[in-house]
Order: sequence, then C-alpha cells, then structure tokens
Amino acid sequence: MLTLVGEDRPGIVARVTSALTEVGCNLGEASMIRLGSSFTIMLMVACPSPGAELEQILTPVAAELHLRLHLDPAGGGLHRHLVPNIQVRVMGADRAGIVAAVTGALARTGFNILELESDVAGDPERPVYIMNIQGCSERTLETLREAVAGLGAEGIAVDIAPVETLIG
Amino acid sequence: MAIRIILRVPDERLRQESEPVTRFDAALRLAIDDLEETRQSGPAAVGIAAPQIGWFQRVVIVDVSTKKGVANHGHLILINPEIEHWEGYDIGREGCLSVPDYTGNVIRATRIRLSAQDPQGAPLAFEMEGFEARAVQHELDHLDGLLFIDRVVSRRTDLFQRKVYAARPGAAGGKPT
Repeated sequence: MLTLVGEDRPGIVARVTSALTEVGCNLGEASMIRLGSSFTIMLMVACPSPGAELEQILTPVAAELHLRLHLDPAGGGLHRHLVPNIQVRVMGADRAGIVAAVTGALARTGFNILELESDVAGDPERPVYIMNIQGCSERTLETLREAVAGLGAEGIAVDIAPVETLIG
Repeated sequence: MAIRIILRVPDERLRQESEPVTRFDAALRLAIDDLEETRQSGPAAVGIAAPQIGWFQRVVIVDVSTKKGVANHGHLILINPEIEHWEGYDIGREGCLSVPDYTGNVIRATRIRLSAQDPQGAPLAFEMEGFEARAVQHELDHLDGLLFIDRVVSRRTDLFQRKVYAARPGAAGGKPT
C-alpha cells in the first residue's frame, strides 16, 4: 500500500504512475482525492521488486513533487470487494464530535464502514458538516435507526437507507 | 434447455447492437428458455439480456419479484422492448453478470412507460417505477451495446439526497402518467 500526500498541483498522478510503470509495477485499487489543498493517494501496487527497492524508486519522485511517502506491506490482492448494503447520510451544524458520535453508535451494532467521505458546506459563519458512509451490516434498518436515534436531540440528522445493488 | 456462457468484458461482442426479433417461433422460445436458465444459474441476477449469452436479438428477461417490498410486474420476457416515456432520476448501485466483481452508482429514470412484445408476438405495455424500471433500463442498454460501466457516475457514496430530487408536481419532465 503506497501512501502519498502533499500540496496539490497538476501532474502528480501522471508522474508517480509513470515511475511505477517504468519498473514494471502493476497498479490495483486506488483512492486519489484532493482534501483541502493537499492531494492524497492511496494505491495498491504489485511490484516485481521488493519493497525497499520501490522506496528507492519513489523517494526522488516524492521529493521532486514535495510529497510525503509511506509504504506498507499490504495483504489481499484484487477481487476482495465487499458490497455495501447500508448507506448513512449525516448532516449537522459543524462542531467537534459528530463523526465520533455517529460512527460510535454504528460501531456498537457491528457496522463495518467501507467508505466514508465528509465535507464542510454552508456559510463560513454557519458551517454545516456533511458525511456519507457506505458499509455492511447484518442488523435490521430498525436496529440501526434506533442506534442513532438519540443523535437527533444533539442536532445531528442521520438518515439510514438500504443500498440495493442491482445485478443484471 | 442449456446454460450458456455469459460474455464478459472486455468482450467486444457486448458492444454490438442487437437486431429486432421478427420471427416469433419455437426457436425463439427455446432460446428464451436458455436465457432464463442461464440467468438462474449464476448469482441472483434480476435480469439478463440476450447479447450477454451471445444471442444478438432484442430480448431481455427481468424479474424483480424476489426483492422484498419492490413494486413489480412479476417475471417478464420482453421482446423488442422500447421505452416510450421516462421521468425523474435517481442514483442506484448496479452490477452486471458481464462485469464480475465491480459495482458502481448509475443514474436512471425513476418512472418509465414501456412497450414490448411477448414470445408469441402480442403487444405488451407497462408503467414501471423504481427498482424494476432501473432493471429494465440496465437490460435495454445491453441491446444497444451499452454497459452500466459506461454510465457510472461514482463508485463512492451516493452524494445525492434522494428526497431533494423527488418529483414535484409541475417539475420539468413531471408529466403525470
């Protein structure tokens, strides 16, 4: 698992992936997104050479692009996808503790988060925190809704809906 | 009856347009039996289109009746189907027998009016909504060489609040049916 973070600028993805391709690396699942003014890359790389060598190849590239580099041996491989069956949408006046409150309530039901993305919207004077979660749960919708029911009183709107994946 | 091989991406044959059915004969009904048996043989697919088994005629099967709480018309064999009217839109997650191990979010119309023929050639007409309408649109795309991966807007979280986009009276495209 390759992690790269740094000030956003055009060409980061192209430069990094070219360097990986040149040494025969194969790229798998990835999440690449701009957060704030930073660009973040988390990328699964299958490499013919051991990790140390990969670090050697990437260190100059990361330095050139002013990116922080981190490498972790990752298990897995391709075709290990889990399909989410529950979607959770959260909105509330921005304040500390919303994520912990919502995910804590979900975690106590055994909810497994597959994806979480959040943003701050609204006026700068009255920011609104918006979070969308997709995940897996074996509990009923009623159980999950009950688990987050108390959050309404704290000004956090939580909407839990099933995700029906159509296979055709 | 026989289980046929399902074509998978990147098989170029999935990209070809299928021909209208002109002969409603025993051979057609035998091929439909194969299509249904193939659909039943794999993971729980709510639909299948003829080109997915390398049969390039405008035939699809849709059956969402196994999904709990979903409005439906039961098991449908649709020959030469055409969507005559659509309205509203919604995002939903889709996968495909021809694209294993990948799902993504796709925008589809929420209500459609559909015409088709049955295996004897008699005309059919339906008004559909929600999951069933989505399944029909997914299968009809196959007849035009399109796959849901051509329409994926996001693999990530559904960013759109469905409630906000619920059809309002007098909204654009909101012609009552």
